[in-house]
Amino acid sequence: MPRVGVLALQGDVREHVAMLVNIGAEVVTVRQAEQLDDLDGLILPGGESTSIAYLLTTSGIRPVLEKKLADGLSVFGTCAGLILLSREILDGRADQWSFASLDVSVRRNGYGRQIASFEQPVDVVGVGEVPGVFIRAPRIETWGSELEVLATLDHGDGGHPVLVRQGNVWGCSFHPELTTDSRVHQLFTDSL
Amino acid sequence: MSSLHNSSTVGSALVKRGLADMLRGGVIMDVVNPEQAKIAEDSGAVAVMALERVPSDIRRDGGVARMSDPQMIKEIQATVTIPVMAKARIGHFAEAQILQALDVDYIDESEVLTPADEENHIDKWDFTVPFVCGATNLGEALRRIGEGACLIRSKGEAGTGNVVEAVRHLRTINAQMRRLQSADASELFALAKDLGAPLLLVQEVAATGKLPVPLFCAGGISTPADASLVLQLGAEAVFVGSGIFKSEDPIRMAKAIVEATTHFRDASVVARVSTGLGAAMRGAETASLEMRLAERGW
Repeated sequence: MPRVGVLALQGDVREHVAMLVNIGAEVVTVRQAEQLDDLDGLILPGGESTSIAYLLTTSGIRPVLEKKLADGLSVFGTCAGLILLSREILDGRADQWSFASLDVSVRRNGYGRQIASFEQPVDVVGVGEVPGVFIRAPRIETWGSELEVLATLDHGDGGHPVLVRQGNVWGCSFHPELTTDSRVHQLFTDSL
Repeated sequence: MSSLHNSSTVGSALVKRGLADMLRGGVIMDVVNPEQAKIAEDSGAVAVMALERVPSDIRRDGGVARMSDPQMIKEIQATVTIPVMAKARIGHFAEAQILQALDVDYIDESEVLTPADEENHIDKWDFTVPFVCGATNLGEALRRIGEGACLIRSKGEAGTGNVVEAVRHLRTINAQMRRLQSADASELFALAKDLGAPLLLVQEVAATGKLPVPLFCAGGISTPADASLVLQLGAEAVFVGSGIFKSEDPIRMAKAIVEATTHFRDASVVARVSTGLGAAMRGAETASLEMRLAERGW
């Protein structure tokens, strides 16, 4: 049984926890740096990326997680979590930092503000169609050659990756945790 | 809900409630200009509520309180990257239409503004943008959800700096939900009648023990300890109105309330951020109020 943390500073932590419990993982909610020890994987949930970034700094988690990422900890970021893992953030705050573990450039609210938030099925490689819930979602604009694209979505915009992986680091621009379909989480935990 | 193209839909209950889910564990701050909005975002706010006067000033100034000037809302949208909410008067669906046209992220149909309709709230199902509404008890919360609200905030008494009404409303909602959970199926019909709430929603709460949408807290939160209190009482996030920008040191107060909201069960963190904060807003005793905002809406 993999031991998976969910960063619990802000956002839809409860849904990720429920999803992980359903697929048989041992779950740790992480609010302090010490709780990052002995994890097989970590999820950075949806929420507000600027707020989570602020709390990562004040809680002292940021430098510890930076080191864990460099040491190869498996981390999966959804929506705000994807933003926090991206190499470059467009339309963010001027001083917005990130862990830069995924070689992608993301545009905050790239699909529009809340009124444009949408549901559209996503076809995931090796899994099939899963429900896609996009809420003020970041859009992956450019990506490096080392990136494995696990799902691409054409939202009338020519198609952009929405689920990606680079080694141990995963990111998606939608919210699998808001649905009852646990296959994306299963894909991540199977890799641990 | 409408179709964008192919199999894509906007404005579904899931994406509307989903944005509220993303705000959980966070602080939504009232701001009256772009400078305050920037301070809020810098301090870790998950969203800002753009309005012309914070509730304590509305109380002081009197007069009719209306939707904010679109110019101000646009300036705030241009300043911050976090969601921007704005208030419409109760029942004033034309103000809500304007706010939707302005692309705000959430509309607060709010008792802080002067009601426009004393019979009817806005039909919120009619909108793509989600709504938050206040409630003082479970029946009121479920009526608003029945009308399409995607987020409920306990009302408290806005602009007082006094948390007592927020506590009363949260405890009332929670106690009434526990009562539904302990009822047998045949009692729920009469309980729905007593609550004045839609039966299907009453049955849902009886089964799940929680509201079908997130429950946040508003109205009177003015210290980190207040935030910790209401979160421990079951609120999932807090709205802070006058409490930040009417305090002695708004930046420190904003940051302190954000940290206390995240670490609400860790008294050592709440103690640390509460230390040397300067004065909270002065506040008012509920008994001394001439105008009770929580009584607006029904």
